Amino acid sequence: MSTESRVLMTETVPGGATWSHVLKRGTALRITDVEGGANVAAYFLNFEMTAERFNLPDTLKAQHTARLTRGHVLYSDMGRVLCSITEDTVGWHDPLAGTSNAALVEKKYGKSTYQQARNQWHQNARDGLLIELGKYGLGPRDLHATVNFFSKVSVDLDGGLHYVPGNSRAGGFVELRAEMNVLVLLNTCPHPMAEGEYAPRPVELSISTVPAPRQDDPCRMLCSENTRGFLLTEFYFL
Amino acid sequence: MATLNLQVSLLKPEAAQHSFLVEAGDPFVLEVRKGQIVRIVDLEGNQAVDTLFYNALDYADRYSAQDTIREQRSLYLTTGTRLVSTEGNVLLTIVADTCGRHDTLGGACAAESNMVRYAIEKRSMHACRQSFLKGIQHWKHGMDKRDITSNINFFMNVPVTPEGGLTFEDGVSEAGKYVELRAEMDVLMLISNCPQLNNPCNAYNPTPVQILLWDAHV
Repeated sequence: MSTESRVLMTETVPGGATWSHVLKRGTALRITDVEGGANVAAYFLNFEMTAERFNLPDTLKAQHTARLTRGHVLYSDMGRVLCSITEDTVGWHDPLAGTSNAALVEKKYGKSTYQQARNQWHQNARDGLLIELGKYGLGPRDLHATVNFFSKVSVDLDGGLHYVPGNSRAGGFVELRAEMNVLVLLNTCPHPMAEGEYAPRPVELSISTVPAPRQDDPCRMLCSENTRGFLLTEFYFL
Repeated sequence: MATLNLQVSLLKPEAAQHSFLVEAGDPFVLEVRKGQIVRIVDLEGNQAVDTLFYNALDYADRYSAQDTIREQRSLYLTTGTRLVSTEGNVLLTIVADTCGRHDTLGGACAAESNMVRYAIEKRSMHACRQSFLKGIQHWKHGMDKRDITSNINFFMNVPVTPEGGLTFEDGVSEAGKYVELRAEMDVLMLISNCPQLNNPCNAYNPTPVQILLWDAHV
């Protein structure tokens, strides 16, 4: 597949920042953890009809999973695939813990103002994503459950949640192929359950052209649910 | 086997100020005032009750499944669980629970997700998100699909394994089991009494549930 791909752009996003782009059908976004220990809160909407957006429960139950990795797809609430995870060297991305917020960050790391710290001030994923959504005319009612790429939270037999440090190493990457024109919002603040100091990490983004998913595409073939999900997505473009 | 946390309530059903019956497959909307206690009774057993809560003064501030499970480091909901909103408010607290475990990961069934999960021909079957939309459209107040977020499934059992697997299991509920919540602020409750016939979440037999409401200071 790589021989058919062509890199269209690359960009480095510093830690603690928010980024958005309308990822076009026929392209893929690769997110690379430059230093190791990155976290990328992510949210997705159908750019043409933003009432259709990422639905976490539908994504998990269709694929019988509580973690995300290569072969999984991200479902909208309309039974369609927003993005497919076509590459992943990390193996586990967290769909459970949601975003950090201002109160959580101040409680964990102490108060940090722009007056004192300028652009090194402590940011949080929820405010970052809400501001970015605002640029598209969207607001708090539009921000539903999110994914944390590069982070791992495991669940024990009693349902206890445990943050697993060291899940992602330098150079690890995940690739998302757009199955429709998707408004992608990313935020690089630390995971809300991360341990230690406030240490947001940068990621490198690259967007490439990719071929349309074939009939034997691994994401389409992961389970019969995904085969129907791709079919419904293709219906949308008829 | 995971431990279940059972807590019986001291409140008497006959002392409740209000009682509502929600038929299988119906939506139900109720304002619950701060201090009031609401009980959901699984009358016939193994009935999933898909439920959303909102700050009654600002529906954009609503129940958040991810914030709730993260803040309490617990995937399952039971007695003592605080239902946390997107703005970090505690909407309600679970104060009694004779079932012992409730799901907030599995979400609500929909015509569209049924097409993905079971068969394209399932589109016309009744589903929770049909009921949620009907409920908020009748309630008005400007609510729309953007307000239908990840819900609680009372009486539903969706275990996650340490390896990250997820399954829908037979319910852990039985006839007469209930969950009881105290409102910590004025909230709006939106219920879909789940009509799903394609999986065991209702034991393939959707049945009615009862809602009891006690005023504060009883």
